[in-house]
Formats: sequence, C-alpha cells, structure tokens
Amino acid sequence: MKRTTLDLWVGLFVVAGFAALTVLALKVGNMSTYNTSETYQLQAYFSNIGGLKPQASIKSSGVLIGRVAQISLDSKRYEAKVTMTIDKRYPFPKDTFANILTSGLLGEQYIGLIPGGDEEFLKAGDEIKQTQSAVVLEDLISKFLYSKAEDSK
Amino acid sequence: MMIVENLRSLGHRIVNTVWRIGYASRFFMLILLYSGTSFRRFHLIIKEIFASGVMSLIIILVAGLFVGMVLGLQGYETLKRYGSESALGTLVALSLVRELGPVLAALLFASRAGSAMTAEIGLMKATEQISAMAMMAINPMARLVAPRFWAGVISVPLLTALFSVMGVFGGYMVGVVLIGVDQGSFWSQMQAGVDFRYDIVNGMIKSFVFGVAVTVIALFEGYDAPPTAEGVSGATTRTVVQSSLAILFLDFILTAFMFQGE
Repeated sequence: MKRTTLDLWVGLFVVAGFAALTVLALKVGNMSTYNTSETYQLQAYFSNIGGLKPQASIKSSGVLIGRVAQISLDSKRYEAKVTMTIDKRYPFPKDTFANILTSGLLGEQYIGLIPGGDEEFLKAGDEIKQTQSAVVLEDLISKFLYSKAEDSK
Repeated sequence: MMIVENLRSLGHRIVNTVWRIGYASRFFMLILLYSGTSFRRFHLIIKEIFASGVMSLIIILVAGLFVGMVLGLQGYETLKRYGSESALGTLVALSLVRELGPVLAALLFASRAGSAMTAEIGLMKATEQISAMAMMAINPMARLVAPRFWAGVISVPLLTALFSVMGVFGGYMVGVVLIGVDQGSFWSQMQAGVDFRYDIVNGMIKSFVFGVAVTVIALFEGYDAPPTAEGVSGATTRTVVQSSLAILFLDFILTAFMFQGE
C-alpha cells in the first residue's frame, strides 16, 4: 500500500478535528481548572440552601477551591446535607464557617468558607459545624415589612 | 366512491412508509454486519472521509465563523441591557457547544455530503454498477455502503468540533476585538460556565447520533432510489429533507434527555 496525498489531507482533517476538541476541552471548557484526583470531601448541614445547585462553586476569599458534589435532605434532622469536594492543597481548620452566598444581586449561589483559628484541620468526611443558610429575599422583605408595621404601632 | 379511493391511497401510503422503515432498519443492520470487512480495508474509508469530510471543511469553517460572529453581535446587544456583557463568552460558547455546533454542522453535512452520497449510490444503481459488482461476487454493502457510513460517522463529530471552535473564535473576534468586551472576563466566564462532561461531551454525543442518522438516510435513499434520472433526483431531495427533519427531531429528543435540568 502506497502513501497518497489523499492520506495527507485526511490526516490533516483528523488532526485538526482532534485539535479542535482539545481546544474546546481546555480553552472553552473547564478541564484545565479541574483537579479530579487530589480532592477530599466535607459535609455541611444548612437549614435552607436557597438556590444552591450541584456543581456550584466553593470559594474561600474569592478563590475557587472546590465544587458542590451532592445535595440531599437529611430525613433525621430535616436539614439540607451538602457534600463538598475540595482541593487537597487547601486544608481548613475545624472551626471553619460555611456560608451560602450570592454572586452579585441576582447571580448564582455558591458556598463561601471562612477559616477559623483552630489548630486542628478538617479531615476527609468531616462535617463543618458552623453554617449560615442562604439569604432568601422574600424572608428579608417580609421581616422588613413586619418590623415597619411594629414601629408604626 | 371518492372516499373509498382516498382511504385506499392513504392506507397505501402508510403501509408503504412502514415497509420502507422496516427495509431501512434491515439496511442499517446489514451496514453494521459488513463493517468488519470495511475496517480491514481502511483505505476505502480514508477515501470516503476525504470525499465527505475534508471536502466539507471549507463550508463548515466559514459557516462556523459567521454563526459565531452573529452570536457575538446579537448576544452583546441583549446582554448590554442587563449590564452583563462579560457573560458574552459563556453565551457564545454554550449555545455553540450544546446546540448550534452539532445541529448546524450536521445540517450542512447533510446537504453538502449526504446529497452527494445519495446521488452517487443512486446513479451507480441506475447504471447497474451495483449489479455488476454483485456479479463479480463483490458485496456492494461491504465495498460501497459500509465505508461511506463509517466515513460519515467519523467526519461529523470532527466537523462539529471544528465548527464550534470557529464559532467561538468568531464570537471572540466580534465581542473582544471589534466591540471591546474585556478579554479576561470573556474567557474566564466561558471557562466557568462550560462544563466538559455536561456540555462538550453531550454535544459530541449529539453530533455522533446525527452523523449516524444522516449517513444512513443518505445511503438508504441512494440504495433504494428508482433507477431513473427522475428517481435519483427525487431520492437526493428526500435525503436532504428527511435528514434535516431527523436531525431536528433527534436534537429535541436528545436535549430532553441530556439537559432536563436539576
């Protein structure tokens, strides 16, 4: 079997196609920001998660350090159980504080971790004890209205 | 009497359609059955990839570029009202990777390469080349049909990836270079918004399914075409119409499965 110019063109086409896929994965998608192997998982219970979704980002001081892996309702405590996957490079002390925050006024929700001062660090599978639920706009408005009504009495 | 006559023709059409669907399914199974033989002679597939994939490159690249540029312009106009021009990258990339890339590349492939496949096979049948092959104990399914099928199935996802990349580049040209959206937020928001497994892999699965659908329809219409000039032209038209409809219908089904929202 001889090599022909046709083979060259087909080869170029296939190489260009796979190069395009690589560009999509690395430049357009988030393959480059993923670190799938070196992570550990933490749990946290929230009384209300608002609009938090799986794959939402977890940030500390604004830096992306992980993603929400799973959200479920704990039927014993009737609270939302959020499993977080966090980059192994970032250990957090035992008294870390987990907040559900909103990026911008109407943006998507994410979890913000504020580290405490404990000497010991959270291990894989541990639970973050101190949490603060999402701020639900309706609750805020109704609280504001009730307090206004109280004042005017 | 008129009613009976109409009913009869309606019934005839329905039975005929079901018959053709059954024949097409058997045709598809035969292609898969004879694929092994054509993979052993890979140069046949290479030749067909050149004819359908490489020759479609220019239309795919140019179309992708312009679709991306239009997305950049229109997206900017809409996002500007909400003061979120920085999300332009996400908008362009997501709409290309999830929907426009697979669908438009497959539509272009159907009209550029699918119609050519039908005309080629149909004309071979009309000039009795297929019968001549069978006379020489060469299986036309293994020699003609299966290599074209695999060439199409390999080409469409690659063309889709190229289409999407050109589209993102077009959106970048209009959004960042011409209008002046911030380059950093364009790329970083895009990377934050596009998930590899959820968006890109699903788009590739779509384009693979479209590739199978388009090539099977094109080859079947060619193989089934009446051996006349009129028959071949009719089959070519049906290829473009049916594969376009099949792409859009399958796109709806696949989208409903993949992106049903959490």
